[in-house]
Amino acid sequence: MPFINFSKDEIQCKIVYYGAGFCGKTTNLQYIFGNTRDEIRGKMVSIDTKGDRTLFFDFLSLNLGKIRGFDIRVQLYTVPGQVHYDATRKLVLKGVDGVVFVADSLKVQRKKNIESLINLAKNLAEKGISIRTIPLVIQYNKRDLDGTDSEILPLELLEKDLNSMLKVPSFPGSALKGKGVYETLREISKLVVKDVSRKILLDKQLR
Amino acid sequence: MNVVITKKELDKIDLCLEKMVSTSLAHSVLLIARSGQLIANHGDTLDIDVSALSALTAANFGATAEIAKLLGEEEFTLLFHKGRTENVYFSAIGEHVIMVTLFDDKTSLGLVRLRINQVNEELSQIISTIFGKEQAEVRHP
Repeated sequence: MPFINFSKDEIQCKIVYYGAGFCGKTTNLQYIFGNTRDEIRGKMVSIDTKGDRTLFFDFLSLNLGKIRGFDIRVQLYTVPGQVHYDATRKLVLKGVDGVVFVADSLKVQRKKNIESLINLAKNLAEKGISIRTIPLVIQYNKRDLDGTDSEILPLELLEKDLNSMLKVPSFPGSALKGKGVYETLREISKLVVKDVSRKILLDKQLR
Repeated sequence: MNVVITKKELDKIDLCLEKMVSTSLAHSVLLIARSGQLIANHGDTLDIDVSALSALTAANFGATAEIAKLLGEEEFTLLFHKGRTENVYFSAIGEHVIMVTLFDDKTSLGLVRLRINQVNEELSQIISTIFGKEQAEVRHP
């Protein structure tokens, strides 16, 4: 649910990074935080356990500049990926405007990626949102492991598993090395702003 | 589904928050949506990352609502955190918004609570108008 402030000409949007445990959601935010100018980003907040696993969420706000005269502020959240933290994931999804689904390219994580995507669809549906209509981008993370001892899934198979029905924009990436991180962020921001712009026009027509 | 705040509505909110700060002697007041977005703030918040505070406030309220449910309550409508010099008072304004009052030892918890109760009804009405529009859009997209 974007907040459109006509007094300040400002739009606030919420983007959530979703995915199975250890897929690299927090690493995406850490890379963005570490490689973005201080003037356009706020503080990165993480609520995690001592084992560095996200307990509640990570949070980072970014100022994307002006679009059609409006200051665009996006708030990036991650969710805890572990199966038993479903209640927390539902809390973080409250008011979501766009989702980045981070898939783990490791072969052993294939089933968990699919389960997490189904879980996302279910949790969105509980909020009256369809996974088919919300702005959504998929990132196939850990592609840097290609050619190492770790077995990774081919991109074609990941697309078949996760994106054959949705057909949303997808990017190979390595959050650890920064590959694909900004491409993913740019695409989801573009989709969310486009969606919000459509709603603003609709809102003006209703007035 | 989008929440649109007009200049007129924001002016009314600002007036309430200004009144709250001046009469309670709190140093700042913020109005935050339950999804974690900042709606308005008044007072001295220059040194605070208000975006992070908004996200954490919504999370705090959401987490304690789950505790309340475990105890058979629907939710806790107010939360109070006391620090060495800084204190934070969180209060629910209707079902969509949380008011955060930051204050130090220049004032008292009792006075802050009294002033919150006084502005609560007025703020609730403005907020229900804003979120009522959203509901109307949902019904007539």
